[in-house]
Amino acid sequence: MTKKWNVEVKVNGRVKRAEVEPRLLLVHLLRDEFNLTGTHIGCDTSQCGACTVMMDGKAVKSCTVLAVQADGAEIQTVEGLGTVDQLHPIQAGFWEKHGLQCGFCTPGIMMAVNGLLQDNLNPSEAEIRDALDGVICRCTGYQFIVKAVQQAAETIRNSQQQSQVVPAEGGSV
Amino acid sequence: MTKVVGKPLKRKEDPKLITGNGQFTDDIKLTGMLYMAVKRSQHAHARIKRISVDAALKLPGVVAVYTGKDVQDKIKPIRSIWLVPGCDLIAKDRVPLAVDKVNYTGEAVAVVIAESRYLASDALDLIDVVYEELPAVVHQEAAIEGSAPVIYNDVPGNVAFTWKAGEVPEEVFANAEVVVKQRFYEQRVAANPMETRGAVAQYNPGSGELTLWCTSQNPHIHRLQYSEALGISETKLRIIAPDVGGGFGAKIAVYTEEALAAFAAMDLKQPVKWIEDRQEHFLATSHARDQVITTELAGTKDGKILAIRTRNVASLGAYLSTMGAGVPTIDFGLMVTGAYTIPYAQAETIGVYTNTTPTDAYRGAGKPEASYQIERIVSLFAEKIGMDPVEVRRKNLVQKGSFPYTNPMGCNYDSGDYQKVLEQALEAAGYAGLRKEQEEARKNGRLLGIGISTYVELCGLGPSAVAGAIGFGGGLYENCTVRVHPSGKVTVLTGASPHGQGEGTTFAQVVAEKFGIPIEDVELFHGDTHMISMGWGTYGSRTTPVAGGALAIAADRVIEKAIKIAAHELEVSPEELKFEDGAFMVKGDPDKKRTFKEIAWSANNAWNLPAGVEPALEGQCFFDPPDFVYPFGAHICVVEVDPDTGVVDLKKYVSVDDVGRILNPLIVEGQVHGGLAQGIGQALWEQTVYSEKGQLLSGTFMDYAMPKAKFFPMIESSFVESPSPVNPLGAKGVGETGTTAAPSAVVNAVMDALKPYGVVDLEMPLTPEKVWKAIQKGRAVK
Repeated sequence: MTKKWNVEVKVNGRVKRAEVEPRLLLVHLLRDEFNLTGTHIGCDTSQCGACTVMMDGKAVKSCTVLAVQADGAEIQTVEGLGTVDQLHPIQAGFWEKHGLQCGFCTPGIMMAVNGLLQDNLNPSEAEIRDALDGVICRCTGYQFIVKAVQQAAETIRNSQQQSQVVPAEGGSV
Repeated sequence: MTKVVGKPLKRKEDPKLITGNGQFTDDIKLTGMLYMAVKRSQHAHARIKRISVDAALKLPGVVAVYTGKDVQDKIKPIRSIWLVPGCDLIAKDRVPLAVDKVNYTGEAVAVVIAESRYLASDALDLIDVVYEELPAVVHQEAAIEGSAPVIYNDVPGNVAFTWKAGEVPEEVFANAEVVVKQRFYEQRVAANPMETRGAVAQYNPGSGELTLWCTSQNPHIHRLQYSEALGISETKLRIIAPDVGGGFGAKIAVYTEEALAAFAAMDLKQPVKWIEDRQEHFLATSHARDQVITTELAGTKDGKILAIRTRNVASLGAYLSTMGAGVPTIDFGLMVTGAYTIPYAQAETIGVYTNTTPTDAYRGAGKPEASYQIERIVSLFAEKIGMDPVEVRRKNLVQKGSFPYTNPMGCNYDSGDYQKVLEQALEAAGYAGLRKEQEEARKNGRLLGIGISTYVELCGLGPSAVAGAIGFGGGLYENCTVRVHPSGKVTVLTGASPHGQGEGTTFAQVVAEKFGIPIEDVELFHGDTHMISMGWGTYGSRTTPVAGGALAIAADRVIEKAIKIAAHELEVSPEELKFEDGAFMVKGDPDKKRTFKEIAWSANNAWNLPAGVEPALEGQCFFDPPDFVYPFGAHICVVEVDPDTGVVDLKKYVSVDDVGRILNPLIVEGQVHGGLAQGIGQALWEQTVYSEKGQLLSGTFMDYAMPKAKFFPMIESSFVESPSPVNPLGAKGVGETGTTAAPSAVVNAVMDALKPYGVVDLEMPLTPEKVWKAIQKGRAVK
């Protein structure tokens, strides 16, 4: 019997623990142990990116990370992005611009986009398409995904400007 | 009440999907659930000498191992559902697990059931199968040569059928001023939905009921087939298609693994899950296209097309898949003349068994192949007579005012203005300017190419009587139930089974507008054979034309009944009422009224109904359309080829489509983009490749070139709406336009770019290597 390892990860702000085989993939830890089934598996060679999550602030493919490697890490999955009542601007953008059809690849793509917008809040169309190189969508032809990302970026930019402006205004009252 | 039909509303389906709350098959987890893994053949053609499973069974956590011998008397072979008549078809059905011989790489030989997916996978390595390799035949043209290995003794020459339709009198070709002949290869591709196939089976030994969640585009067809294969009554077999992560035809087919998971669940009395991994998907889920099409066109020097004659040698793979015979025959052969008025047509298709994964429907199914050969040969014809490809098309397109137009194969093109979409596309692309630009570019050694496709496709499957006549093993009507709850909220149930196409929204738009209620009050339910009347599923762009037809009529039946109840309450005759904006009003006295919501409550409480009116408020319709629908359009593609590398740069893509009445332009445009990505993908990048021995060389996403975001420019799409007269919504279907139009538009563009090098045709996909070689060859000749 393979020796099992204890892992502790902070997923979407909550600490979770599991006893796992060293070979267990992070995506299976999330899906099978923690029941966070929003993260999907579309391939077995790290091409499709349906399993993309944020790990310690970086977008990673959770099918290519062992659960034991994630020990002590902070993970954000699609379930931690936003709720139906309070959608994250990326989710709102995908909804508004019809950036999804079957929705299977969508959680991973949104997390990859999260990675992009963290680094570049004003991406050009080419930069967006380039940033989507690690994910595959078979339904949309990507055009509305690009539009969704543009809209999300704009929303985030606007909200950041506002939050910068608000204290100044507050101070002047 | 504002009109909502035709508005670009965002989808009702999306909130759960964008928050990770979708429920796909692999998301289902049941108490005591076991996992199935499949041992597959590594040979394309081999006899099974021995299978040893002892070591696998000894692995802790392994619950059972089944081989072909274990299940051959328990699960019947899965029959093909489309037995095309009049072609001496010899159907070879898939057995659940190979017993004596494997006929393609990846064919299942055993399954392991274990306590976890990792353990089940481990156990596969402990199964020892001893094979005696046989020579394999991979390509259909080789397979029909006399010297080829024979896969089945009772299928001489590996020919499963020879199908013919139409006839061109010999003198038409003999006397023609111009004859153009070309061999085209529609390469083998894979649909590759992002969710692979999978199943979860749960058996109740007490009731004898089996529930099978599976990745299906047509749960009732799966019930029909698995009920027979497993010997379970339809009343005890519940097929549920939960959220399905794309299909594109690959999830129409009825396969064996789902039946094996169901059998194991019954045998072990524990739930069993099987999820295909991507490599398995490449091996075990149907492939598509793979047709060698030789087309001859007879025409006049001034550009009139007189006849089309095709010979299609189609690879069926090792078994006859669910719709495997229908795709290269009926679906292809009836549409070989495309959007043109051509007096004579003849199509012959030879269906061939090969040692490869079975082929079946993929987005367009036969129509992309038909469209490709006609759009390519028409462009070659234009080239040969020195005419602009646009001009040849103008001369031959079916004329406005001649609809319904019956093509030589008997298909009735429903409505539209084919010239108008062409002119609109030329305008949008700036065609005249492009030709000038091309002339300049050529002077500077730049290879700019312009490709045109004026396609038409047959879809909206379809009238059931026709289905019967063409050997389809079922009907093609569709059902909708419109159920009005006491609160006035509405559930729509349909036998179609959308999986990304957005009918949860478009159907709600139709109902909301008809009843004058908010779209939020309408929910669509589908994909459960226990809850839904007989239906046939989502494929062939049939959901909106056919299920939508059922929806419109069922909703009208609700209104008809509601009017009677409202009239009774208002003490007037039904004729004295009008129904507008969600209210039943007395004509001339609009203050005297009942709202839809009020009638929903009175119908459901049934305290005071008119004589002869039954309680509750529900309408149902089984809509059997009188004919198919024929979306059409004109697409223009502009490419620039790098002469030094052979790389094709897609510079511009313009699509103008007439898909009938548009219910939601946002969703329709999304469908066009998605289809185009797949169609362009086939033209430029995608191919399923086998080695000569039948090893799949393109078995992962590292080897199979799935289109990525940066491969595409912004698509410029627009629409013309000519309602179809064959269904109440006037819809024509939009899902398959892109795959039907794009391959020829793109290849025509690349061939146009390569014209200075005398290149006439290249096989898809037009990879840089292929294009570069053609340029080198052209240079050498020069």
